[in-house]
Amino acid sequence: MASNDTPAAPGFMGWLNKRLPVQQFVREQLLEYYAPKNFNVWYFFGSLALVVLVMQLFTGIFLTMFYKVGDTSAFDSVEYIMREVDYGWLIRYLHSTGASAFFVVIYLHMYRALMYGSYKTPRELLWLFGMFIYLALMAEAFMGYVLPWGNMSYWAAQVIINLFSTIPVVGPSLVEWIRGDYGVADATVDRFFALHVVAIPLILLLLVALHLVALRQVGSNNPDGIEIKEKRGADGRPIDGIPFHPYYTVKDVVGIGVFLTVFAIVAFFVPTLGGLFLEEANFEPANPLSTPEPIAPSWYFTPYYAILRAVPNQRLGALLLLIAVLAFFFLPWLDRSPVKSVRYRGLLFKFFLGLFTVSFLTLMYLGMKPATGAYVTAARLAAAGYFAFFLLMPWYSRADRTKPVPERVRFHA
Amino acid sequence: MRNAVLAVMVLGAAQLLRPALSAEEAHHPLDWENWHAGNEVTNTDSLQRGARNFNNYCSACHSLKYLRYSRMAKDLKIPTEQLKANLMPPSATPADYMQSSLQSADAIAWFGKEPPDLSLIARSRGPDKVYRFLKTFYLDPSRPTRANNLVLNNPAMPPVLSALEGVKAAVYTTTKSTVDGKIVETKVFDHFDTVVPGSMSAEEFDGFVRDTVNFLDYAGEPAQADRRSIGVWVVLFLLTFTWIALLLKKEYWKDVH
Amino acid sequence: MTDAVATGDDTNEVDQGRRKFLTIATTATAAVGAVFTISPFVASWEPSERARALGAPVSVDLSKLELGQMVTYVWRRQPIYIFKRSPEMVQSLAAHDNRLKDPKSKESDQPAYAKNESRARRPDIAVLIATCTHLGCLPKQRFDKGDAQLGTDWPGGFLCPCHGSRFDLAGRVFDGSPASVNLRIPPYSFPTPTTLLIGQDETSAKGEA
Repeated sequence: MASNDTPAAPGFMGWLNKRLPVQQFVREQLLEYYAPKNFNVWYFFGSLALVVLVMQLFTGIFLTMFYKVGDTSAFDSVEYIMREVDYGWLIRYLHSTGASAFFVVIYLHMYRALMYGSYKTPRELLWLFGMFIYLALMAEAFMGYVLPWGNMSYWAAQVIINLFSTIPVVGPSLVEWIRGDYGVADATVDRFFALHVVAIPLILLLLVALHLVALRQVGSNNPDGIEIKEKRGADGRPIDGIPFHPYYTVKDVVGIGVFLTVFAIVAFFVPTLGGLFLEEANFEPANPLSTPEPIAPSWYFTPYYAILRAVPNQRLGALLLLIAVLAFFFLPWLDRSPVKSVRYRGLLFKFFLGLFTVSFLTLMYLGMKPATGAYVTAARLAAAGYFAFFLLMPWYSRADRTKPVPERVRFHA
Repeated sequence: MRNAVLAVMVLGAAQLLRPALSAEEAHHPLDWENWHAGNEVTNTDSLQRGARNFNNYCSACHSLKYLRYSRMAKDLKIPTEQLKANLMPPSATPADYMQSSLQSADAIAWFGKEPPDLSLIARSRGPDKVYRFLKTFYLDPSRPTRANNLVLNNPAMPPVLSALEGVKAAVYTTTKSTVDGKIVETKVFDHFDTVVPGSMSAEEFDGFVRDTVNFLDYAGEPAQADRRSIGVWVVLFLLTFTWIALLLKKEYWKDVH
Repeated sequence: MTDAVATGDDTNEVDQGRRKFLTIATTATAAVGAVFTISPFVASWEPSERARALGAPVSVDLSKLELGQMVTYVWRRQPIYIFKRSPEMVQSLAAHDNRLKDPKSKESDQPAYAKNESRARRPDIAVLIATCTHLGCLPKQRFDKGDAQLGTDWPGGFLCPCHGSRFDLAGRVFDGSPASVNLRIPPYSFPTPTTLLIGQDETSAKGEA
């Protein structure tokens, strides 16, 4: 175990390895980490999330060099970046596209877990760390959106912070405490800047590290939901596993190439994506006297926004929004099925997963529309479908007629 | 009431001047809500005309406070002498931002509000809406500016292009519908009639507005032409890289079975 | 049970040559991509359009400048001394070459037209960047000959208060100064006989410097 026993490599690497376990790390984490060989396309999104995180950190640092925080300077400084800093427009668009890309990747990453039961034992903690990353990401995105101090920035801050006023007893004073003023103001954007640039990125980095360590501890799940560590060959290695390096390093590079290509098409040709990624209302400075019409949060929040508005009672709507997000945390314990992967689950699970998918996408669409008439009715139905997936899971996951799980993973070369 | 009387008078006058519609022609109201600006910011000639139009008709009241004269001259390929002679107020230097000389106190006194800065109007409203706005001013004697607008109701802005476009009146048709058992008549906009012709023909004026909107689209994001041309190379490079990486992946994955 | 991964002695030989080639190809392409990716970020640190606009040439009206009078202007965030030299001041420049470190301005930084005796386009108008070439302080004006503090043989010039560097009326550094080269001179020109344009001469493009 002690690396002092291994013969030292010559030269600089030998000197380094004696003082920092670089070679040991590469060997243990890349060359001798066995991952299931049957990863499919759904397994790209973890590494892509890391790529987006690094990209956001890098572009974010550069934006911070030119952005001027404050209610009288922020909007102008963003236009300064777009027009007067050499390639400032590119840095800005990479960051704004990256924010949306982050949520595309993360939602697909989470969906993979839903399909293949990657949250089930022994991966509950891995899932929880992931959920905390999701929460931190939502906070990060929300605060980041306020920073340009456009009109949508202002009103999004107003509406979302006002949600906290529904908390009994402490609500109203809490809201004033969050804002640092009687309305969303200079104080608000100043503190959001510090949180967005320093505090939450640090928290995110910590959580991602914990997430990766937890993954390493239990090993990856796979599309068949079989634990590959349970079948080892004569050499002690899982027979359905392959070393992460070179096989998944090389495969992930392809995934990154495809992702960056799509990303570049958006960032260079349709960075606003018709108002989905950069809303039109945000090209006007914040105006406390004029609410944009229609007002909606960014697309990645609209499912929860639709749930909020589906309920005619403000407090109940806010509570339901909270439950809708927190429901994910309980999945490892709501799911009573002995089977992990949707491939071997019965019709009930497939139905409810399908219902959840359709409901989530419908809610996402409805959250962008005004809350009137048929839209509200549809939102209520879709919310019911969304919650049914979680609330009824203890029943249908156990009552489901599952198929026999195979001995070996399904792999086609 | 005066509107309706005027509209009827104009409609009557127009009917005398226009040949009657044939019986087979279906009648559609003017589809102004679907007009498209159709602008291309790579058309430098159009942008140059738009810059000239802006300078002559808009810059007295509207600023482009995020755009410098020198930047515009560089992107639109306008030589410095022409910039200074035709597109800048005498007090400005090329490096200045394009401010308007209208004082805010005067603006409020004359128009009721300050004319907004137009640097980002094409991004916050979309070029199509700006195009429709500039083309749907109509005669409305009840208003202090004697004009109204289909896109923005009761605008503080006067119809500054009426010398070029002429003055037009809005003609309405009434539609009957039943609401709660009662018959309700609603006035629906049908088309414009020219009251006073302008110095430009309809096509000329349309081109004028398109050029101006094109210029405002450029002003909203001067880097957009660069963005797209660089983007082509980036995407081509990434496709190439992905293809090479795919070959590498396939080669190594021959091992796996 | 066969391993998931083929070992070297399997039926299909591993084409190591192809793997090496493809690995190199992928890595090289990625490296090129990395360079292209980093370049806009590096470029963003260049002075922005605002900095370039603020760094535009500065026009100075010389019509009111009296003999021996000095004015200070700022160009590209640097202080610029402009002063009118009398004929005696200009003549005195030739008298002390042996006390100067770089009397012919060979090591110093100035435009080609300022490499002459008076280090100027016109001998009567001196234009100097008022930054001591030692560590950057603002040298103080000491035009009076035989200044009490500087000695009877002081021909007039500048004294830097920070570490005592001394320069003559053409900005040339005296022996014994911590500074080693003469004061720098910006590009400049005279669009009219009474106007000085700091930051633009014939070599720079229109509107830029």
